[in-house]
Amino acid sequence: MPALASLLCGFIFGSGLVISHMVQTTKVLGFLDVFGIPSGTWDPSLIVVMAAGLVVTGIGFALIRPRTPVFAPKGLWPTATDIDRPLLAGAALFGIGWGLVGLCPGPAIADLATLSPGVFVFAIAMAVGMAAHDLWQARGSRPIEQKLATATDG
Amino acid sequence: MANFTPVSAAIGGALIGLAAVLLMLFTGRIAGISGIAGGLFNPRTDDRLWRLAFIAGLIAAPLAAALIGHAVPMPQMPGSIITIAVAGLLVGFGTRLGNGCTSGHGICGIARLSPRSIAATLVFMIAAIIVVALTHHVIGD
Repeated sequence: MPALASLLCGFIFGSGLVISHMVQTTKVLGFLDVFGIPSGTWDPSLIVVMAAGLVVTGIGFALIRPRTPVFAPKGLWPTATDIDRPLLAGAALFGIGWGLVGLCPGPAIADLATLSPGVFVFAIAMAVGMAAHDLWQARGSRPIEQKLATATDG
Repeated sequence: MANFTPVSAAIGGALIGLAAVLLMLFTGRIAGISGIAGGLFNPRTDDRLWRLAFIAGLIAAPLAAALIGHAVPMPQMPGSIITIAVAGLLVGFGTRLGNGCTSGHGICGIARLSPRSIAATLVFMIAAIIVVALTHHVIGD
């Protein structure tokens, strides 16, 4: 049952990406291209997607926060509070990659359905990047337990 | 703003939010795609089923759209396979190092008013905006 619920949530999430056109790199890049503001070609749709998502999530999270999840002993709410160097460096690296193509992880995975060869290359590279990070962490000086404890931001 | 599509953006955004709320309500997990996918590539992960199920649902959405006659076209990708691969590596490594992406930080984190997620979202937005400005206006055409 938890897997079925997860499948449904993934489907709703993906539907949101499809309906909002966030699966289209041109749509995302149309927002990120701020030179379009003076020239009149800027597309603020991504802000509306985020705003609507934040309203629903903000209210929803506030309502369910005190509740025990249906299929889990407790909700794994993130506990990290430090704005540290890995957070900022990781966000910067992610932003560079996002700007180069216009794909972040959700749309990159959903777009596999289009069988675009370019998306497959991107998704495989993304998986390699994720695995490389975990390998590097496991070999580094930072204890993996500490890392896993804060691994639930997203 | 000829390309602005506020209605579909609002409906789509609300659905993304609904998915995040339902995932927490049912499974107690944060709907951060990089975290969900990234967990699959860590040998210490012992909860792959719900992660794979979520990803299957994500891929099923465009397939369902195609079934009802609204096929999602292939996204426009850069011509250079090197650019695509480098971008993918950066997105994968960066989202794991920074513990989240547009969904985990940008939606779930900001919805919790997490200072970490607000900071991360500002940084990846600004980085992406600079890269697009450089590649589309300074280096490119």
